[in-house]
Amino acid sequence: MAKGIKDRVAILGMGCTKFGERWDADADNLMVEAYQEAMADAGVDPSRIDAAWLSVAFDSVNIGPSGIPLATALRLPDIGVTKVENYCASGTESFRGAVYAVASGAADIALALGVEKLKDTGYGGLPTRTRGGKYDMIGAGGSAPGNFAQLASAYRAEHGVSKDDLKRAMAHVSVKSHANGAKNPKAHLQKAVDMDTVLNAPMIAEPLGLFDCCGVSDGAACAIVTTPEIARSLGKQDIVTIKALQIVSSNGWEAQGAGWTGSYFHTTRIAATRAYQEAGVAKPRDEISLMEVHDCFSITELVTMEDLHISKPGDGWKDVLDGFFDADGKVPCQIDGGLKCFGHPIGASGLRMIYENYLQLLGRAGPRQRATPPRLALSHNLGGMPSQNVAAISIVGLAGV
Amino acid sequence: MSKDVGVLSYGVYIPRGRLQRAAVYAANAWFAPGLKGLAKGERAAANWDEDAVTMAVEAGRDALMGFARDEIGAISLASTTLPFADRLNAGVVKEALNLSDDIAGFDAGGSLRAGASALIQALNGARAAPHLCIASDLRKARPASEAELNQGDAAAALLVGKGKPIAKFLGAHSVTIDFVDHYRAEGEDFDYTWESRWIRDEGYQKIAGDGLKAALKKIGLSGKEIDRAAIAISARGAPVLLAKLAGIRTEAIADTMSATVGDTGAAHPLLMLAAALEGAKPGDKILLVAFGQGLDVLAFEATPALLEHAPRDGLAGALARRKAETNYHRFLFHRGLLDLERGMRAEADQKQPGSTLYRNRKTVLALMGGRCAKTGAVQFPKTDISVNPNDHAIGTQEDYPLAERTAKIATYTADSLAYSPDPPSYYGMIDFEGGGRMIAEFTDVDAADVEVGREMRMVFRIKAVDEQRAFTRYFWKATRAD
Repeated sequence: MAKGIKDRVAILGMGCTKFGERWDADADNLMVEAYQEAMADAGVDPSRIDAAWLSVAFDSVNIGPSGIPLATALRLPDIGVTKVENYCASGTESFRGAVYAVASGAADIALALGVEKLKDTGYGGLPTRTRGGKYDMIGAGGSAPGNFAQLASAYRAEHGVSKDDLKRAMAHVSVKSHANGAKNPKAHLQKAVDMDTVLNAPMIAEPLGLFDCCGVSDGAACAIVTTPEIARSLGKQDIVTIKALQIVSSNGWEAQGAGWTGSYFHTTRIAATRAYQEAGVAKPRDEISLMEVHDCFSITELVTMEDLHISKPGDGWKDVLDGFFDADGKVPCQIDGGLKCFGHPIGASGLRMIYENYLQLLGRAGPRQRATPPRLALSHNLGGMPSQNVAAISIVGLAGV
Repeated sequence: MSKDVGVLSYGVYIPRGRLQRAAVYAANAWFAPGLKGLAKGERAAANWDEDAVTMAVEAGRDALMGFARDEIGAISLASTTLPFADRLNAGVVKEALNLSDDIAGFDAGGSLRAGASALIQALNGARAAPHLCIASDLRKARPASEAELNQGDAAAALLVGKGKPIAKFLGAHSVTIDFVDHYRAEGEDFDYTWESRWIRDEGYQKIAGDGLKAALKKIGLSGKEIDRAAIAISARGAPVLLAKLAGIRTEAIADTMSATVGDTGAAHPLLMLAAALEGAKPGDKILLVAFGQGLDVLAFEATPALLEHAPRDGLAGALARRKAETNYHRFLFHRGLLDLERGMRAEADQKQPGSTLYRNRKTVLALMGGRCAKTGAVQFPKTDISVNPNDHAIGTQEDYPLAERTAKIATYTADSLAYSPDPPSYYGMIDFEGGGRMIAEFTDVDAADVEVGREMRMVFRIKAVDEQRAFTRYFWKATRAD
C-alpha cells in the first residue's frame, strides 16, 4: 500500500450553509454562502487559491455541466475548476481532489465545494434520472429508499433478526439523529421525534417508513485545504489534518458476481480497512471518537456500523439499541443530525460531514460540542445503492495526534 | 393429407388476474342494469405490464417445453390487438423465445379467426422445421358494455409440422364472407357491434352452419364421429346450435370457458384447441371452428404420441394460477380507461435508443447472460471482462440463456415511492439456479409472495411505455415459480 497522505494536508477553513428548503436561494447563492464562511475561517485572500473542485450530483436540475458555475459564482482567480460526480459520495470526491492537489505539491491552497439545489423539482425526494441507455433497459426502476430497503430483508435473513427487532433498531437510529439535529441551527430538521412516531409512520419502501428516510435538501459546503506548514505560517494554532482518505467503487461484483448477501456494503468494508491502515488505527471501536456516516436511510447507518468494523457483523442492531452511537454513547454518530436531520444536498453532504468533524475537533460546535475533545473523527460518505456504490471515508484529527 | 403432419405441441397462457364480473356489474348497475344476467363468474384480465406480445411469449414458452428452440422454422402471431402496426410483433416474440435468426415470421390479424387461419396455412405448408403458431389478444371494451364482461385476455400456441404429431391434421375448410357482425376501425379502441339476434340467425345458423356442414363433407367426417368440438363462439347457445346442425353429439361440445376466462378473441380458437388436446385421448377426433367474416374449420385426430407429450402448464396450470380481482377501478386504469393522477414521478422520459436496443437485443429481449468459457462463472449481462473476482478473464463470455432458469430471492422491497401503475412496486436481487444474479422487478406478486429464499421464475413483460413516442419497452421480470 502507498504511504498515504496522513498529516500532509491541513484544513485551513470550512463553511456550510443552512441546509433545508432554501426557497430563497439558487445554487450560486448557496455556493457563495458556504464559500464566504470558509474564506473568513481560512483568512486568506482569494487570489491564493491555486485550484478548485466542485461536486454536484444532479447538475441537470440546478447548475448544468462543468466547473464553470463555481468559477463564475465565486469569481475565482482564473484557475482550474474540476467538476466531479460520484453519486452521493460526490462531496468527499471533491475534497479528495483538493487534498490530493495539495499533497502532491501541485497546489499550495486548494478549494473543494459541494452544492445541490434540489428543491426546484416540484416534488420531494431525488429526481428520477437516466443511468444510460443500456442500463435503463435492464435495471429495476426503483427509488433510493427501495434500493436501500433491500438491505433490511437480507440482514434479517442473514443474522436471524426478527422484523420487529430490526424495525425498532432502525427507529432508534432516527430518534437519535432527530435528538441531535434539534441542537443544530443549520439543520434542515430541528425537531425531536419519539419511537412511536417513527414506528407508525407511513411506509415508503418496505420496511422503511417516512422517518427511516432522510429528506433531500438544498445546501452547500466548502473546504479550503493547504499544507500544515502553510497553515502554521498563516498563524493557525490548532491544526486539523487529514489522517486518511479512501474511496472504493464497486466493480460490479455485488450485483453480478456470486457471494454478496445484500446485507452489507462491500466497498465500505474495504475502504474502512484501508483508511484505518492509512491513519494508523488498530482498534477502531476504541480509537474513533466520533462518526458522521451516510445515514441516507436508518438501515444504511445500522449496517454501516458493522462495515466500519465498529460493531461485529450481526451485532450492529444491538449496539444501536444499547445506545452505543447515541450522543452520550461510546462512539457518538451523527452528532449534527446526519443526513437524516442536517439534510442531504447530495453534492455537499460529504463536505458537511467533514465540516462537523472539523468543528468538533476545534471545539467550535456550539450546543452540540462534545465535552471530551474528540481524538479522531471519521466521515463515511456513500453514493449509489447497496448493490453498486462508491464508499468514501475520511479520518481527520488534530495535527500531532 | 400426409399422415405425419399435425400438432406437435401446444401451450397456453392466461393472465393471473381474474376480474370478478359481479364487481364490474356492481360498479355499473346504476347505469346499465341490463347487464345483470352477465354478472357471473370471472374473466381473465391482463396485468398492466402485459400485451398481446408478452402473452404470446408465455404461451410460446409453454408450447416449446421439451423442444429444441433452434429447430423451429417459422413463427406467426395472430391478434387483433398487436402493439405495433409496423414492427414485426412476431419478431419480438422470436427474440424473447431465443429462436434462431434464420426463421420465417409473420403477423396475422384483421379478424377473430386470424389465429385459426394462420394455423391452416402452417399445417398446409408443414415442413420438418416446425412452425410455432401463436394467437394472442388483449382487447379493450367500453366500461359498462357487454363486451367488457364477456371478453377475456389470453394467448395460445400450437407447434405444428411434420414428425410425430400428438394430433394429426385431417383437413380444413374455409369460408370468407364480409359479414359485419362487429368491426373496429384502424386506430380505434372499441368494437361496434350489431344486433345479436341477426348475428345468430344469419351468422351462426347460416354462414357457420352451412360452412361447418360443407367442411365435414370435404374432410370426410360425419358429425357423429367428432369426439371434441371446439366451437370457438362464446355467444350463449351458439355451439349447441351449430353442433345440432352438424349432427355433433352434445357431449362432444367443448366448454367455451365463458365462466372462467371469457372470449379471448383471436386467441380463442387456439385456446380451445389446446384445451381439447389437453383432455383428449389417442384416437379422439377433434374439430375446431373459428368464426369471423366467414369460417375456418379444422379437424384433427389425437395420436398415441399425446400420451408421451411432456407435461406443461397447459390449460389446467394456467387456470389454476389465478388471483380473483375485485378492484374494477384498477382494471380500468390498467386498460387506460381511467385517468388517475400519477404524479410528477411518472413524467420520466422513457425514450428507448433503437440502436442500443438492437445491439443488446439478446440481453434485453431474451434475457441472455454470459458464461465464462474459462471459469464457468455465470453473469448477467455479458461483459467483455468477467465479473469473477478470481479471474477477470477477457473476451471469454459465451451466450448463457437465463429466461428458463428459476431463481431465489436474495433481497427485496415493496416500494411505494417509485411510480408504478400497480403500487407498491416489488423488486429485489435474485440468484439464478446454476449461477448468475440480477436486480429484477417482480410482477404478479403480493406481499405474502416475497421473502428471502422464495423461488421465482422469469416472465416477459412490458417494462415501460414511452408515451411521447408510442414505444413499448419490454424486459423480463420475476414472479412466483409455483
